[in-house]
Amino acid sequence: MTSPDAKIAFPDEETLRHIRKPLAHDSARKHVQGSAIYIDDMPEPEGTLHIALGGSPVARGSLKSLDLSAVRTAPGVVAVYSATDIPGVNDVSPAMGDDPMFAEHRVEFVGQVLFAVVAKTRDEARRAVRFVQSDIAPETPSVSVDDAIERNETVLPDYSYGRGDVAARIAQSPHRLEDVFRIGGQEHFYLEGQVAFAIPGEDSEMLVHSSTQHPTEVQHVVARVLGISDANVTCEVRRMGGGFGGKESQASQWAAIAALCARLTGKPCKLRLDRDDDMMLTGKRHDFRVDWQAGFDDQGRILAADIALLARCGYSADLSQGVVDRAMFHADNSYFLPDVRVSSRRLKTNTVSNTAFRGFGGPQGMLAMERVIDAIAWKTGRDPLDVRKANLYTEGRNVTPYGMEVEDHDVIHAIIEKLETSADYRNRRANITVFNGQSPLVRKGIALTPVKFGISFTLTQMNQAGALVHVYSDGSIHLNHGGTEMGQGLFLKVAQIVAEEFGVAMDRVRITATTTAKVPNTSPTAASAGSDLNGMAALNAARAIKDRMIRFASETWNIPAEQITFRDDHVLIGNERISFGELAKKCHQGRIHLSEAGFYKTPKVVWDRPNAKGRPFYYFAWGAACTEVTVDTLTGEMIVDRIDILHDVGHSLNPAIDIGQIEGGFVQGMGWLTTEELVYDEKGRLRTHAPSTYKIPVASDIPADFRVALHDGPNREETVYRSKAVGEPPVMLALSVFSAIADAVHSIAPGTPVPLDAPATPESILRAVQALGGGGGF
Amino acid sequence: MMRGAIRFLRRGQIVEVSNLHPRTTLLDWLRLEERSTGTKEGCGEGDCGACTVVLARVRGGKLTYEPVNACILLLGQVDGAEVITVEDLANGTALHPVQEAMVASHGSQCGYCTPGIIMSLFALYQKGQAGVDRTTVNDALAGNLCRCTGYRPIVEAAIEACAGPANDAFSMRAAETARQLMALQRDEDLFVGSEACFFAAPRTESALSMVMGRHPDARLVAGATDVGLWITKGLQSLDKIIWLGRVDSLATLENRADEISIGATVTHSRALPLLATIDSDLGEIGRRFGSTQVRASGTVVGNIANGSPIGDWPPAFIALGATVELRKGFTSRILLLEDYFIEYRKQALEPGEFVRRVTIQKLGPDDHARFFKVSKRRDEDISSVMGAFRITVVDGTITGARIAYGGMAGTPKRATSVENAILGQSIMDIATWRAGSTALEHDFAPLSDHRASSVYRMQDCGRSLQLDADIGHQGVDP
Repeated sequence: MTSPDAKIAFPDEETLRHIRKPLAHDSARKHVQGSAIYIDDMPEPEGTLHIALGGSPVARGSLKSLDLSAVRTAPGVVAVYSATDIPGVNDVSPAMGDDPMFAEHRVEFVGQVLFAVVAKTRDEARRAVRFVQSDIAPETPSVSVDDAIERNETVLPDYSYGRGDVAARIAQSPHRLEDVFRIGGQEHFYLEGQVAFAIPGEDSEMLVHSSTQHPTEVQHVVARVLGISDANVTCEVRRMGGGFGGKESQASQWAAIAALCARLTGKPCKLRLDRDDDMMLTGKRHDFRVDWQAGFDDQGRILAADIALLARCGYSADLSQGVVDRAMFHADNSYFLPDVRVSSRRLKTNTVSNTAFRGFGGPQGMLAMERVIDAIAWKTGRDPLDVRKANLYTEGRNVTPYGMEVEDHDVIHAIIEKLETSADYRNRRANITVFNGQSPLVRKGIALTPVKFGISFTLTQMNQAGALVHVYSDGSIHLNHGGTEMGQGLFLKVAQIVAEEFGVAMDRVRITATTTAKVPNTSPTAASAGSDLNGMAALNAARAIKDRMIRFASETWNIPAEQITFRDDHVLIGNERISFGELAKKCHQGRIHLSEAGFYKTPKVVWDRPNAKGRPFYYFAWGAACTEVTVDTLTGEMIVDRIDILHDVGHSLNPAIDIGQIEGGFVQGMGWLTTEELVYDEKGRLRTHAPSTYKIPVASDIPADFRVALHDGPNREETVYRSKAVGEPPVMLALSVFSAIADAVHSIAPGTPVPLDAPATPESILRAVQALGGGGGF
Repeated sequence: MMRGAIRFLRRGQIVEVSNLHPRTTLLDWLRLEERSTGTKEGCGEGDCGACTVVLARVRGGKLTYEPVNACILLLGQVDGAEVITVEDLANGTALHPVQEAMVASHGSQCGYCTPGIIMSLFALYQKGQAGVDRTTVNDALAGNLCRCTGYRPIVEAAIEACAGPANDAFSMRAAETARQLMALQRDEDLFVGSEACFFAAPRTESALSMVMGRHPDARLVAGATDVGLWITKGLQSLDKIIWLGRVDSLATLENRADEISIGATVTHSRALPLLATIDSDLGEIGRRFGSTQVRASGTVVGNIANGSPIGDWPPAFIALGATVELRKGFTSRILLLEDYFIEYRKQALEPGEFVRRVTIQKLGPDDHARFFKVSKRRDEDISSVMGAFRITVVDGTITGARIAYGGMAGTPKRATSVENAILGQSIMDIATWRAGSTALEHDFAPLSDHRASSVYRMQDCGRSLQLDADIGHQGVDP
């Protein structure tokens, strides 16, 4: 076992063969040929059965009866199961025990699963569902944040922290502002919908192929539902067709249902949700109401702020504790708030339980602060960028509202300075002012906004990872770790690390599916921490094997260990050069153990939630974006004209992968803030449950002028090859789009606050335009 | 002569399918029967494009490659075509140029949308057109959603790979493919299944009339871009399907001196170049209509016949002035298009009748047309409001006005109060348009729904009039 606390040394930059290289995704050639296998593509064993689900037609009520007799006799139906068929515990929740797999007495949102139909074909299963007769006594649902506040219903206790006498300080400030605004949620719209395929084995064994970011949790939930031990369940996933947080906690239910059906029928059972069902039955990014007050000086420097984050959590807790905590942790964005109170409520509504989504609450918290900054800029008449710069963390003003010191605020100053110049912000601002002066109806806006995103799970125990590396006697390498691949290139990055360590070509490292049978007790692939954690665990495993190979070679050739190097698929032992495979073979013959389980835990992090003290994050990832937009004030239509991004990924492990994450994250964030609108009706029914009504960005929404650069510099913390996490932070670069739209609208009546809610659809923009008296009109 | 099996070309071989339920989609056949799982199901409703495959057909003596959404295309509709899927492109270990470019530009992340994107780009590649640029590529990809990349690398790959004449295994064997496809173009009628459950594709209107007479309860299908969802989402049985796609006389597209006539099976993509000659605004409405895949399968007449209140062609055609020919057996009647729509989802069709063609008036020398569409997303989105105007102006006075809106009522509808308010008035006088705007509330009381609120719809309507008044307003067209 390697020591996870050992000092980490890396090879000279000049000698690197794979690290920092823009290698293509390991599955790229398979993706383009349709030969990458997703769960629904796997060959089906004979007798495979298919599952469809029946759900509640009402959002809130009590279930009086469920008559499934006509379902059972429908063509092709093999079995129908509901809550009473569960041998173990009827709960698929990640922690709180409040997510029934099949609703039993109460129904709490439209679509909540009541029963599962198992049939010979998927089509037959789906058709049979319709024959259910259910009797539910409906009640008036809570749909919005306001409904829940009125009923005073929450899924978890309220939580707040801060410092100073905020109310008094705001009251004494030279200037004061307060406002309320709303932030919409977001559907993940992973292209591969939720899917699980369960294959029963001997005794109680169950193998579940699940499209999940959290195989360990799927394993635990399946075991819990079936009433068997974790050791009887194996969860495996080679790749997902996108996750974005939507498959962190919310893949479990489908896997558990598939496993239940497989256990009870004795046959392999597959459950793939139809897209509309997927959108109705799985949680989304939390939508928020934000109530804020701030006091500030003439320069727009914030003296005190009080920010209340009111989150719609849906019917159960799911991951809402962590999500809303992270919203709170990011309500400062990159700005020092001398006296501050950040409070939060986790409100219960009769809608699907909201869940993790790339950024995990961070984007909402940061949007809240950017709205505060914009409002201050409008009030003071200063350029919003100058107000931003005046409030950035800096020496002596560097402690977050939760007491963690920001040690590397110089990075964000450097990024903003550089981007301000490279994006030509000042000249473009001047040009826009001239343009708007001559254009009554079409308005332009620009904004340059920063990103500070804390890296680490805020639940400290989750910051650990394992890996398993084998070197076979032919010199080929089997790589496995607890991280999952959802397109982000994690498998490639970890393979680069292992190939680099052994000095071998990439094709010698065999990337394999994540499975709970090889690496146990893993954390979800989430919090942007996949490469940091699993990369280091794999590195530790590879180093342990390599150390043993070196010791063996040193003894065998009688050469000091320092004179043995692994390079170009060979090992240099003093003056002798043998192939890596040759040494592997000799090691095996010499009875050297060529397999290792590597482990890693993130140092330094500690968070005492009850006392709101500690260091929840190992480090921060920084970035900034500058966006220019044009708004048609007659219709509210908007186009993005240009985007400039400068983003900090530390020393990149793979710049091509990282740029892909930055661009993709930005566009996803832009969609959240512009075209993607979740609409629930008063009965709690989601009206936008398909891509025909829920609009994620398409190619033409991306401007031709889209400039992305990496801010190069090593991570100050000892991460793998001094890289930084990149999965989530870029989402928040898109806040610049929202601020730019507000800036364009603001030009109609300078000095007037812009009541723009997110998402900024044409309708939302037009409402704001009209509030400022704009938009022409007869 | 009657044929009892669907026949199409697959990897150079003729495939015959005689045992199928008529509602079987191409995607299900590929994935569940052939077990070609490269083609993915993303949404099952033709909006995400993950299921895009390419159909090669001989049209007008030329081999054409059209991307279609396999999830809402009936298997029977590929009769007579070559079906090309993502697995078919690489030549051994050598990737196709579009595949190569996608790998080189890091165009895939999770990979799930990638097969569909590859096939959309493959169709673009086969066009072999010069001057492929961002705009061309964005149009080609409007029906392909990617959630990972942000599209930039995909668009770059497309520009790189698709900007020259096609030069691949497919272009090299084009003559042979065309010969094989021509050999499939026989004149017999197609009837697969039993009298209780069938997929029929008559070759002539008389055969069509006979099968319709025998099965008045059968569902007529042209492109299936709407009916496909009745199957995948509505789970309708649709045991009897009659596909119009093999009737040549319904596929006519006629360009006359003062009108354009579009037959029942003419796809959007076929009609669009001609419609764009009426007015460039109308061309832009057509460009934004659905996606390349939807335009390749869906028909102009289908967009009218299904009676949707939010289709984009009906308000445009009503404003221009159009008639529909309704056919039953061998008798036809002609109806003004505005009279075809009675109320929400109720049309002036008698049992056994179908819409045979639509005929659209071109603009006269004194006519001005404007078409106005607002949607949450610019491309591949359904209109919140669609407005269409044909204004006749003589010496500055409005002497004729035809104004129609979609999305404002249960049917596409003329704004007669607005028309009356502006008739005889000066086009340059803002008061004209102010009066028109005031009259709107007599014409419409729209609903609030997930696309837009009632208030926003009314405002947009008013704004569309203002746009008419303000000829200089350019909006935010990219």
